[in-house]
Amino acid sequence: MTMVVLNRRSLLVAGGSILAAGASGLLLPARADGLAPTETMSGGANNYRKGAAIVERIGKGGFWMSGTVRRAGDGAPLAGQRIQIWAHTTEGQEHEPQSHGATLTDKDGKFRLEMPQIIPIFGQPHGHLAYDSGEFKTVFLRPVMRSAKETSLEAHFVLQPA
Amino acid sequence: MTLIWVALALAIGVPIAAAAGSEQLAWRGPVYILAGFAGIIALGLVLVQPLLVGGYLPGLSAYRGRRAHHWIGGALVLAVVIHVAGLWITSPPDMIDALTFSSPTPFSPFGVIAMWAIFTVALLALLRRRLGLRLRTWRIVHIPLAIVIVAGSVAHCLLIEGTMETISKVALCAAVLAATIKVIGDLWRRRTLRA
Repeated sequence: MTMVVLNRRSLLVAGGSILAAGASGLLLPARADGLAPTETMSGGANNYRKGAAIVERIGKGGFWMSGTVRRAGDGAPLAGQRIQIWAHTTEGQEHEPQSHGATLTDKDGKFRLEMPQIIPIFGQPHGHLAYDSGEFKTVFLRPVMRSAKETSLEAHFVLQPA
Repeated sequence: MTLIWVALALAIGVPIAAAAGSEQLAWRGPVYILAGFAGIIALGLVLVQPLLVGGYLPGLSAYRGRRAHHWIGGALVLAVVIHVAGLWITSPPDMIDALTFSSPTPFSPFGVIAMWAIFTVALLALLRRRLGLRLRTWRIVHIPLAIVIVAGSVAHCLLIEGTMETISKVALCAAVLAATIKVIGDLWRRRTLRA
């Protein structure tokens, strides 16, 4: 006789695999395993302002925020996705409207937005990025710069359907 | 004789002066600046405390040293309150994350633990007479909390990338640790001598 042990972990694992199987079954019938979706980072949504406008450049620029947006599972690049970006910069604090902007990914799922130099706030030089457009599950990222002197920062999204 | 006073003034004054020259200040609002300096001053006060209690500052009698220790303790509470309140005003979600131990920054929990230890010591010090705590009991409570305050404050400060200049910051932290180890060692030795 087989003993079935039900505990939180086995339930989570079972539930997770059912969910994953279901989601991947819908999205990518050909692949069993694949790229895991990006989790929202703690503090990622801090000082978020919904609906930042798509801009050529935030403020006067001089610093590059870049990254990629891909689909969970098969890792296919997602074009035309709106990524919102904000940070404490030389031109304003995190919560101020002029510190926020958005850009769209190109056909390769890449995005790149020029913004003012990020400077340390709350003890770490960091930026904020959000995918919050509804089609996929909302993700907030909070990448940290290795040094405050760096003039670029990257963040990568792997999105799963909402 | 006055050398230790000069060293103390330098240990606290140089990091404050260096931070006052930080280019980061140009991008900060007045409340954020105030909050930052309240934190640096708090660390300076944490250095003064063991020196006072150990009687290492020449010219201060044991009685006056202890009185000063009490007042500096009060000032430390005030500095921490200004630090936290100022940061809260600057970015409420970041401060709430820190206070609820859900912050992404590794230094936040150290600071929050040190803050609660400072508040606990201050409250107990105010109530000490009413609670009828004898010196022995008081020390059993205060010394471990003092260690938590020192270790927490130093870890908090060292991990932060802010306005403080690195060398003067590390030197101040080293002085805080050295003074604390010295006073605890001396109290321990006096205790074993008496026993």
